[in-house]
Amino acid sequence: MGAQKKGGARVSDDSEEQSRQRLQAILLADSFTTKFRPVTLERPKVLLPLVNVPMIDYTLAWLESAGIEEVFVFCCAHSTQIIDYLETSEWRTHPNLVVRTIESHKSISAGDALRYIYEQQTETSQIQGDFVLVSGDTVSNMPLADLIQEHRERKKRDEKAIMTMVIKKSKPSLITHQSRLGTDQLFIAVDPLTKQLLHYEEDKVDHARGSVCLDKSLMESNPSVLLYNDMQDCYIDICSPEVLSLFEDNFDYQHLRRHFVKGVLVDDIMGYKIFTHEIGSSYAARVDNFRSYDTVSKDIIQRWTYPYVPDINFGGNRPVKLGRQGIYRACDVVQSRSAVVGASTVVGYGTKIGNGDRILNSVIGNGCSIGSNVVIEGSYIWNNVTIEDGCEIRNAIVCDGVRIRAGAVLEPGVVLSFKVVVGRDFVVPAYSKVSLLQQPMKEDSDEELEYADSSSGTADRLSGLSLEMESKGSELGPDGAGYIWEVCEGAHDEEWKHSVAPIPEDKLAEITQAMDDYDDMEDESVVPTSGELKSDADSINTDVNDPCDDYGYFEKEVEGTFLRAVEEGIKVELGVLEINSLRLSYNMESADCAGAIFYSMMKLAVDTPHSSASELYKTASSIIAKWKGLLGFYVKQTDEQIEVIMKFEEMCQETAKELGPLFAQILHVLYEKDVVQEDAIMRWAEEKAGADEADKVYLQQCETFIQWLKEASEEEDEDDDEEED
Amino acid sequence: MISERLYTFADFVCKTLFEPLINLIDDKKKKKPLFLSPSNSEMDFQVVILAGGFSSNLAPLVSKEVPKALLPVANRPVLSYVLDLLESSNLKDLIVVVEGEDAALTVGGWISSACVDRLHVEVAAVAENVGTAGALKAIAHHLTAKDILIVSGDIVSDISPGAVAATHTRHDAAVTAMLCAEPVSGPAESGGAGGKDKIKKPACYDIIGLDSSKQFLLYIATGVEVKRDTRLKKSILCAAGKMEIRSDLVDSHIYAFKRSVLQEVLEQKPTFRCLKQDVLPYLVRTQLRSDVFSDEKAVEENGSGHGKNNMQNNDGVSSQILSNAFLPSFHKVYESGLDIRKTHKCCVYIADESKYCVRLNSIQAFMDVNRDVIGDANHLSGYSFSAHHNIVHPSAELGSKTTVGPHCMLGEGSQVGDKCNVKRSVIGRHCRIGSNVKVVNSVVMDHATIGDGCSIQGSVICSNAQLQERVALRDCQVEAGYVVFAGGEHKGETFARK
Repeated sequence: MGAQKKGGARVSDDSEEQSRQRLQAILLADSFTTKFRPVTLERPKVLLPLVNVPMIDYTLAWLESAGIEEVFVFCCAHSTQIIDYLETSEWRTHPNLVVRTIESHKSISAGDALRYIYEQQTETSQIQGDFVLVSGDTVSNMPLADLIQEHRERKKRDEKAIMTMVIKKSKPSLITHQSRLGTDQLFIAVDPLTKQLLHYEEDKVDHARGSVCLDKSLMESNPSVLLYNDMQDCYIDICSPEVLSLFEDNFDYQHLRRHFVKGVLVDDIMGYKIFTHEIGSSYAARVDNFRSYDTVSKDIIQRWTYPYVPDINFGGNRPVKLGRQGIYRACDVVQSRSAVVGASTVVGYGTKIGNGDRILNSVIGNGCSIGSNVVIEGSYIWNNVTIEDGCEIRNAIVCDGVRIRAGAVLEPGVVLSFKVVVGRDFVVPAYSKVSLLQQPMKEDSDEELEYADSSSGTADRLSGLSLEMESKGSELGPDGAGYIWEVCEGAHDEEWKHSVAPIPEDKLAEITQAMDDYDDMEDESVVPTSGELKSDADSINTDVNDPCDDYGYFEKEVEGTFLRAVEEGIKVELGVLEINSLRLSYNMESADCAGAIFYSMMKLAVDTPHSSASELYKTASSIIAKWKGLLGFYVKQTDEQIEVIMKFEEMCQETAKELGPLFAQILHVLYEKDVVQEDAIMRWAEEKAGADEADKVYLQQCETFIQWLKEASEEEDEDDDEEED
Repeated sequence: MISERLYTFADFVCKTLFEPLINLIDDKKKKKPLFLSPSNSEMDFQVVILAGGFSSNLAPLVSKEVPKALLPVANRPVLSYVLDLLESSNLKDLIVVVEGEDAALTVGGWISSACVDRLHVEVAAVAENVGTAGALKAIAHHLTAKDILIVSGDIVSDISPGAVAATHTRHDAAVTAMLCAEPVSGPAESGGAGGKDKIKKPACYDIIGLDSSKQFLLYIATGVEVKRDTRLKKSILCAAGKMEIRSDLVDSHIYAFKRSVLQEVLEQKPTFRCLKQDVLPYLVRTQLRSDVFSDEKAVEENGSGHGKNNMQNNDGVSSQILSNAFLPSFHKVYESGLDIRKTHKCCVYIADESKYCVRLNSIQAFMDVNRDVIGDANHLSGYSFSAHHNIVHPSAELGSKTTVGPHCMLGEGSQVGDKCNVKRSVIGRHCRIGSNVKVVNSVVMDHATIGDGCSIQGSVICSNAQLQERVALRDCQVEAGYVVFAGGEHKGETFARK
């Protein structure tokens, strides 16, 4: 709206153009992640209550007040629930904001969603110009009109400026390297003058390991670059229509940041540019995981998100009364005199609080009934939850319809999904996720999809499962109901990071310790700056990434492949294919392959049971005869052949001493089978001639053979000479 | 003892507080009275001038008689500019380090004749090709002050080294480097003014990472590293939160080091050769887990026989008061977040863009400096220019119809014949130039002889060289004492006896 007014003040054709352009937004009502599982199996994330109001209402209310006139809500997982909700909510009849829904079941990522919207729009021509792209879990109160104006003006000056990204200052913890919203730390580089985004890197690793790498061209083209670590990506983007077509063109773009932003910054085919806009005083955050759920809830209670706070009506919520110390209480709450409701707490309508309860820093939904002597700290109790006497709940999320029987304890970080029943005196261990639904057995892929479970009709399955549950008993005590989800591997140590519970002290100490250890190591691996330091660094650099080590793995792999080939009688050509692929994946030279294959062959010979040296010689020569094709593929060059001889020598000295006495004989076999050429043997002999006596053992062994070779070649030469004559 | 200490402290406060102001005023002459008395400055800083030797980059300009430090810039040795600069900051206790005994003798001879009365200068000879770090190691036993100011002997600049020293003391830094904007003459012209190597570089010389207050150095890449992708350590970035990476600043080879830190590094890392490429990046890299700092304590304690070390505590407090008036530096925050950590600070002093700073380390730079000192940056020369923006020594003789244009210099006792034309050039003392000679954009050193009808453009004629008649030179260098035969036309050549 503000933008329109501004537009009106401008030149006439300008304002006309702008008044035609309605301010539009695309709201993705699906995060395409599984961070809120198991809760999101039964209800879409955007409808989860955040301080007793569904998240999508925060987003819509903000968009409406920021002057957006038309919102396209893209629904995927649980789309019917979202559409039903929007149909019944007051957004349907809102005077200033038209809410349209787009439904798709095929989309598995934000990229798919935008492609779908792009395809649809040609029919109805929905997106007309610049639009705001947000997800349905955004809580913000930032003004958009000026920003859109800024974006449009920039676009006018520079055709290629297709997106403006909103960032906000937020310093990640020095120890855990995650922001207060529980997201990974972010490294972005921005041009200080134009605010153009130059580099975007989300740190997936736990600690601040290693380094940020800026492309050299970046430094060449910009005299000055600002690199931020203390910025948070708000996932609020002002996009030009090109963004949609870019997604359409690049069908492999899935993630907005990981693929799209990276693609624009790195590939740079079209020279498109992304700009950033830093917001100062206004609020913007996205509920990305349980930790940000906790953080954003607290921010709402602390009124950082004003006017979207519990005591003000926005988007159809029932305001509750704000008392002292930030206690919000609905008017019909029944509270016992002996109950203590502490600071920063919200209690919803129709909730009963029993004798001797202590409720601190928590949000209690509507229609809950809480028994006597219950302790609730830092927790989020949704609607119609029944908590019986003597329970203790700390830093937990308890969904609708849950029943917690007397004396049960929820340890920090617990999430109880819908209608779970916790048995009497049962202790739910820390960080457990409990649901009536069983944990899906197979994870389809890492970018896993919520819709896959939802589309097949959750309700039916739910009833079926709960029936099954009764017969089977429960993991939550004899009178409980629900499955405790197992933490999948790898994510185990992540659990504490994204939980509602604060990070425990011992974990912090552990990380600090780990950091120290790492730092000590890191110093050694730092690349020396000037050329003179090479020697020094080499001696220190016994890092994990040592190329020698790599070769060790490669050798093992080759050996495995070779043995399999022998056992299964695989053809030589196929063997070559397999070893080639190994070579590529380990980035090895073909000389390395030759060495490794020869090593495997000899090892096989030695490992084959044999009683005497002559028997060993026979086995070895038969193996060479059989597999010379495979070896021959990698020994086309003299250098590679020398590598084979060296390898052989090394083996004789170290791993397979039995072969020692047979060195000359086997070398002869190799020569006869054309695996090694005369040149290679002569050059090896030359190289070795200058070595220590100890190293010459095998050379001496071969002396007669080499002598013979020499004579033969001389004769040949003489023959040639004679012929020439 | 105590009273002296207090006096030092007060002085130091005065210096730190007023130094920036003085800088703004930018008048060398005014600084003196506000500055410390000589005895106190000696206590704080020792100055090491790295004067180099017979740099191969500058062949054939340098010779047995003229090592790099004595190359003339507007008819004065380049070293004299550095000495004047230091004197203007009242830094008078100097050690001039020269590579090679011969060069040291020559430089020492000049110094004793030129400024023995004003400055206290020691000349130390070190082996050739030991690098800057090696040179410092060789003279380590001369270093006794708490902080060491290291200045390259080939700098022609008007940036006050005192300002660098003040910044260093204010932050109680381990190292402070001076940065200035890229030379105005432009990268295309001035060749490799950045690194040690002679190879021409692309537009950027150094890549430098600064914190948001532009006081601390968080990253530095120099030399060959510049051509690679920039890799920034996350731990430092995380601690600082925000880093500004600049490629339009150049490290100008004036450093202040804490002596203990410098000596510790040189001892621990025997392979380090170059201050700029090894020592400085190492200190920057390790600033959040300092090896040198922890050892430094021990070193300081051992050396506590010196009175000056007693003021260390005072220093700590005062530096906090002065530098961290409102916010603790990120080093402090980092230390407090993770106890056990030791950090050291790497600071920068960024010179104002209007300041001039060029190193004379290539032939191109030699030409540029000479041109600038009698041209755009003529306040550096110390001469007063005539109304025609040139300097013609009264004893010089000009023939009829000879013109000497603006931005020219004609030395004592030189003779120029008839119908000559001199433009934007420096001509040394006692040169003899014939008639119909054209000298443009060139440097002619003392006692050179130029025959009739010569044309010299963009060239350097060293002392005692002789050009016979009708020689045409363009972008050439003529070695000292060399004779170029008559009538030749040369372009881009170097004349030297092999």
